[in-house]
Amino acid sequence: MSNTEDNWLLKVNNLTKIYGDYTENSIKNTGPKFNSNICPETGSIVACADINFELYPGEVLGIVGESGSGKSTVVKLLYFDMEQSLGSAFLKPHLDGLSNILEESNQKKRWIRNYLMGMVYQNPRDGLNFKFSSGGNIAEKLIMGGNFHVGNIRNRATDLLEKTEVPVLRMDDKPASFSGGMQQRVQISKAIANNPPLLFLDEVTTGLDVSVQAKVLDLIRELQQDLGIAMIVVSHDLSVIRMLTDRTIVMKNGRIVERGLTDQILQDPQHKYSQLLVSSLL
Amino acid sequence: MNILEINDLSKVFNLHILNNKKLEALKSINLTVAEGEIIGLTGKSGSGKSSLMKCIYRTYLASGGQINYKSINGMVDLVTASDHEVIELRKNEITYCSQFLSVIPRVSAVDVVCENLFKVNADKEAARYKAKGMLQQLGFPAELWDAFPVTFSGGEQQRINVARAIITSPRFLLIDEPTASLDPKTKDIVVDMLLDLKKHGTSILCISHDEYTIEKLVDRRINLHLGEILNLN
Repeated sequence: MSNTEDNWLLKVNNLTKIYGDYTENSIKNTGPKFNSNICPETGSIVACADINFELYPGEVLGIVGESGSGKSTVVKLLYFDMEQSLGSAFLKPHLDGLSNILEESNQKKRWIRNYLMGMVYQNPRDGLNFKFSSGGNIAEKLIMGGNFHVGNIRNRATDLLEKTEVPVLRMDDKPASFSGGMQQRVQISKAIANNPPLLFLDEVTTGLDVSVQAKVLDLIRELQQDLGIAMIVVSHDLSVIRMLTDRTIVMKNGRIVERGLTDQILQDPQHKYSQLLVSSLL
Repeated sequence: MNILEINDLSKVFNLHILNNKKLEALKSINLTVAEGEIIGLTGKSGSGKSSLMKCIYRTYLASGGQINYKSINGMVDLVTASDHEVIELRKNEITYCSQFLSVIPRVSAVDVVCENLFKVNADKEAARYKAKGMLQQLGFPAELWDAFPVTFSGGEQQRINVARAIITSPRFLLIDEPTASLDPKTKDIVVDMLLDLKKHGTSILCISHDEYTIEKLVDRRINLHLGEILNLN
């Protein structure tokens, strides 16, 4: 039964992000044991440290934890939105997973970001350019991914908007005039425009009203089922995690305190903090 | 040949948030299940029946012992297997049917029943065809096939739950109270469906309080009391 071991899509080793000057002790003296992520010696902030995990193709991994636990930092580091302090990440479709993507040149990182990844942020303003039309936003990603034929771009944008149930008639309108749920669906269209094998979703339903939340969640589930995209879903909402994910990582004070099958995390949490989290939210 | 061998299994819940209270749910469980065998798990509420099932399915992490499962690809100890190994086994071999239906909202009855087939990328139309056949067999009128099971009655939900669990003909089925809220006629249909699975080689561990179901269905009965097996007959 070891045939599953080398089948990973993304492998993350020792990923760490520290703001400010740090010493060896910064990591040693912070974390859930100290209930703090501020280094007592230097005052630096350990946003996340010692993050290790593997994601398999088509798998959905949840990251839960309270605000400030470092869950968004992890996906932002992996999407090159910020630079890591330590650690490495490997992506199978990039040089067969032999090269640390976090140390690649900016040009290569851009390529990886456009061809192999998609990101959906909590705030659509982070993922969309509000000065462009919704179609233009999708076109931007397609052009970055090497598509230059205007007709093809428009066709693909139409397909994507149809798939995400954004009225195609509004393709040339700017997202600023859309509702929150529609903006989020345009953002998802953009993120999946180049059929990436990996999608990051950072609190995508937070702040939407329940019926709109439901539509966004249904869309994500459909994408996973129909396209087999692997996803990392960051959320503090355990019902989102239960609905979407196979496995879950629980973070606190910048560290992983527990990991397991999602039903196990929800029904038999082991760590004190996971137990608190589950008992507060169910 | 045994498909499952449980040795000295124990489960203790360590409740950190209740002043580190410890709850002993299972004590030194030893149990074997032969291929194609149906075992009935009986015992009072709180005796550990569901805990045992959840340990096997790995929804609960066992505290000690082994759960050796003979998979198509060899022996696996479900206590120590990696999460990914467990996910693969759940997808292809082991199915758990809980006491109450828990479904993703806004999915039609047909697609809920198909869920496990979709996971292994079965052809969607063929899967739906099969699901409709099962729904018909279980007495669902066609106008309910596209409705959302969240709105169904208790007995209807239970039948959906059973159909969803057995549509893939799993090698090993864990099923919790499959007939509890069904009328006698539907009970018989469900029991016959499970017996049909057995004929095709499925091993089943079934929790039930219903004497009639146990009588008709199981080859062997295991009685749990306060987390321990009382008798083996």
